[in-house]
Amino acid sequence: MGIPRNYQTQAIVIKQSKFGEIDKILTFYTPELGKLRAVAKGICRPGSKLGGNVEPLTYSLMMLARGRNLDIVTQSQTMDGFLVLKSDLELMAYGLYILELIDSFTMENNVNRPLFDLLLDALHWLSQTNNNNEIVLRYFELHLLQHLGYRPELYRCVKCNLPLKPVVNFFSSSQGGMLCPHCSQKEYLPCPLSVDALKILRLWQNCDYVTARRVKVESKLSLELEQLLQEYIGYLLQRRPKSITWLEELKKMP
Amino acid sequence: MSFVAEPVARAIEELNKLPGIGPKSAQRLTYHLLRGSDEEAKALTEAILALKEKIRLCSVCFNITDRDHCLICQDKERDHSKICVVEKPSDILPLERTGRYKGVYHVLHGSISPAQGIGAEELKVKELLSRCQDGSVTEVIVATNPNVEGETTAMYLRRAVQPLGIRVSRLARGLPFGAELEYADDVTLGQALDQRQQF
Repeated sequence: MGIPRNYQTQAIVIKQSKFGEIDKILTFYTPELGKLRAVAKGICRPGSKLGGNVEPLTYSLMMLARGRNLDIVTQSQTMDGFLVLKSDLELMAYGLYILELIDSFTMENNVNRPLFDLLLDALHWLSQTNNNNEIVLRYFELHLLQHLGYRPELYRCVKCNLPLKPVVNFFSSSQGGMLCPHCSQKEYLPCPLSVDALKILRLWQNCDYVTARRVKVESKLSLELEQLLQEYIGYLLQRRPKSITWLEELKKMP
Repeated sequence: MSFVAEPVARAIEELNKLPGIGPKSAQRLTYHLLRGSDEEAKALTEAILALKEKIRLCSVCFNITDRDHCLICQDKERDHSKICVVEKPSDILPLERTGRYKGVYHVLHGSISPAQGIGAEELKVKELLSRCQDGSVTEVIVATNPNVEGETTAMYLRRAVQPLGIRVSRLARGLPFGAELEYADDVTLGQALDQRQQF
């Protein structure tokens, strides 16, 4: 049986890049096919049928036709445009950061259904009011790493394999987990992690989001968690995600 | 292309670099120029050279111009209390063609794009804010593109400009003339409903 000429899929649009005068190449994440790239023809013309249905941060139902190199988006219907995110400067920045992480960590045609669900959930959590958005980001980062096979080891020292004691331990990005104070001495620039921060990470690693959001995280602890996860992510990607610069610029705004 | 004379091959190669011109079109253009008169070729060369030599950015609005202040900024008849902010110089042309706008412009030279690491500091935002601070400006019309980058830029400008006591407005979004409702996307149609006007 051959591959059908036309197919349909749910998709969350991650990014667009210009292709020729009026076409664009879309990158999107799908539940059954993983990350895909496809051409959206004539999209820069006003009145294009695809128009607002394929902007980044949009959850759509897409019809695609097989092309020679890239497939072609023939129809698209928005299921959730995340308009709340698109009408708030901070929320949009958080959403774009999440999309950048998905884009940088995934390869094309690599199916990862739990990752798609996590992405969709995270965008919904951001859209809800009364949420601590820092928690959404940290929870997303932690579970993203988990779904990709980079789950950090938080219970035992990754070197000597002894259970960690309730003191300030250290996190090593290159080892992908915690080090006890003794083993960390030989490590190059390990990142110290307080007992409270480690407790929160352990809880978030194993609970669902509804439980995770109940945790009260004071600002100093929140900063510690943010720095740790971004350090680990930066190490894995071998670069700093670009949208972090924009998040920092926004924080500085009055 | 050893079978073609070197100057012809070079012309084809250079023309081929232009957007929308493939190897075939480049060949056609080259042979067209060869057949044409010397004056025609000279006029084209001079026009291209003048682009690079004489053109610079207006010191007020950063539109491309061949003098210190662009024609729009020099025009005393225009309303200098209204500034329309656009992403790139070519966005001014369609706005001028409408014939509806009599204010002045400000060109940002890009839009905020977190994914590409472009923030407000890479754009002409600081210059816009200093223009707004002289007290004569009453309205800033944000005419960035209605996409994620343009929207981020617009929201950022609103937050930066509004505290100065200046009205900030945004181009309305809705259905293009000649469109059909059945094919309109939900976002556009929703906004067309929200921003509907008395008829």
